[in-house]
Amino acid sequence: MDWEVVIGLEIHAQLATRSKIFSGAATTYGAEANTQACAVDLGLPGVLPVLNEEVVRMAIMFGLAINAEIPPRSVFARKNYFYPDLPKGYQISQYELPIVSHGQIDITLEDGTTKTIGVTRAHLEEDAGKSVHEGFGNLTGIDLNRAGTPLIEIVSEPDLRSAKEAGAYMKKIHAIVTYLGICDGNMQEGSFRCDANVSIRPQGDSELGTRTELKNLNSFRFVEAAIRHEIERQTDELESGGKVVQETRLYDPVKDETRSMRSKEEANDYRYFPDPDLLPIEISPDFINEIKTSLPELPDARQKRIMKEYKLSEYDSSVITSSRDMADFYESTAKAACSVASLDVKSSKLTANWIMGEFSAALNRNSLDIKDSPVNDEMLGELIKRIDDNTISNKIAKEVFDAMWNGEGTADEIIEKKGLKQVTDSGAIEKLVDGVIADSTPQVEQYRNSPVEKQGKLIGYFVGQVMKKSRGKANPKQVNELLRKKLAKD
Amino acid sequence: MLKQSDIKKIAWLARLEIAEEDTPGFSRDLSNILNLVEQMDHVDTSSVTPMAHPLELSARLRPDKVTETNQREQLQSHAPAVERGHYLVPKVIE
Repeated sequence: MDWEVVIGLEIHAQLATRSKIFSGAATTYGAEANTQACAVDLGLPGVLPVLNEEVVRMAIMFGLAINAEIPPRSVFARKNYFYPDLPKGYQISQYELPIVSHGQIDITLEDGTTKTIGVTRAHLEEDAGKSVHEGFGNLTGIDLNRAGTPLIEIVSEPDLRSAKEAGAYMKKIHAIVTYLGICDGNMQEGSFRCDANVSIRPQGDSELGTRTELKNLNSFRFVEAAIRHEIERQTDELESGGKVVQETRLYDPVKDETRSMRSKEEANDYRYFPDPDLLPIEISPDFINEIKTSLPELPDARQKRIMKEYKLSEYDSSVITSSRDMADFYESTAKAACSVASLDVKSSKLTANWIMGEFSAALNRNSLDIKDSPVNDEMLGELIKRIDDNTISNKIAKEVFDAMWNGEGTADEIIEKKGLKQVTDSGAIEKLVDGVIADSTPQVEQYRNSPVEKQGKLIGYFVGQVMKKSRGKANPKQVNELLRKKLAKD
Repeated sequence: MLKQSDIKKIAWLARLEIAEEDTPGFSRDLSNILNLVEQMDHVDTSSVTPMAHPLELSARLRPDKVTETNQREQLQSHAPAVERGHYLVPKVIE
């Protein structure tokens, strides 16, 4: 049977505020346990939550970025459950009247087409603390630093039809929140995490199948892998005459499988009710308009602008704008790389190739983020400028790049120090070419006796020899031209 | 009338321990409360916005500033068990 896959994602993005959603405690990551958990976060008797203005502003920014409705009134509710890292016995969240509803975003599918995915709602809530199960003997240690950290939970419509689409949607939301600067997007630190609701149904059916919820998928790769496995598992289950049980499943990246967490199932009765400690949020059209005028450039708009302004291809511009950090780095590098006042097409393209190629590869090899790169925008720009003005070849540039990466100085310093300057003096090149021709009588003979269409291939040998003699410094284009000229005559 | 099993579930959700012999009493009392509130169902409220808060005010917002300093020592002096800065609780996973 043909099955249709139905996926909805719930994404939790931590809002990048200084203080917590309802208290004045700090939100800095990695602080010593419980040093950033005040009386409000601990839920001590008599405390009252007071809403952080910045949290409201950030949620509205997100709503505007996804063309959503931002109702004039929004309400906080208590979601009741017991867990040791939730000191109050309830989480302050939103239920009936979320701050953002009915938005949509466009994702680009593999075949290049665009699909619109609905965002049902985005609501504000507080994060819970952290349980540490190891290192405390037969007890559990609780760190409440994270308790009360502001989150926006973004709930999609069940519009996604494959693991790939889910991955593309998640990447798009990630790009939007980081472009807006409302979330640092750091998945290792848990600032951006995702749960997936997955079900399958016979192709053509309108009724949804029973779904399972996959928890805590904290990388783009895991989301796709976990969903792919879950689809396979559900298909096997149904095709062998079994049933899908509605449950929560955990993805294990080491074993590459999902497994049931039945123990959490029994008490899914949160008994939401409006939080009497918090008054409704009222949002005026003026406030929304003020935020609208200060919105930064969003991923789609930036991709289109960069494509046009720097004359990049659709593909290159979308890779470059996949994160705000990369787009920022690209634009400042391209400007630094350009020797004239206006941008030139050649160095813009060269910059894109270097950032997507050598530079990204070096970051990956060393597991570094762009902002921690030892080669900054100005350094890379200078290197590209030297390729562009023929001081060095692209090949030598790789050597210079590695030296810059290892902290040996700027491009100009390294080129000077190592004597890597490209030889463009035609007299010097001619001497090298003559030497190679004189030393390669049999090859010259072969070249001259070959038909023209074969000569193109044979010339490679001579170019290689000349480049070797120049230790890579001769301008390859000049070498090629000169060789063709010299080999053509007797 | 609420069933005994409803009472047990409500008690469990609230983590209240109630004695077996008390459940019929709770069932009667809670059912009476629900019946009282049920009278509201006879009133036409179709034109009334559901009330989220008895005060007709909206939320006062605070600026995003860190105002709380580290008071861990003082706060943890109330806790029954603490180790290396963590509050200790019975193990929550098997």
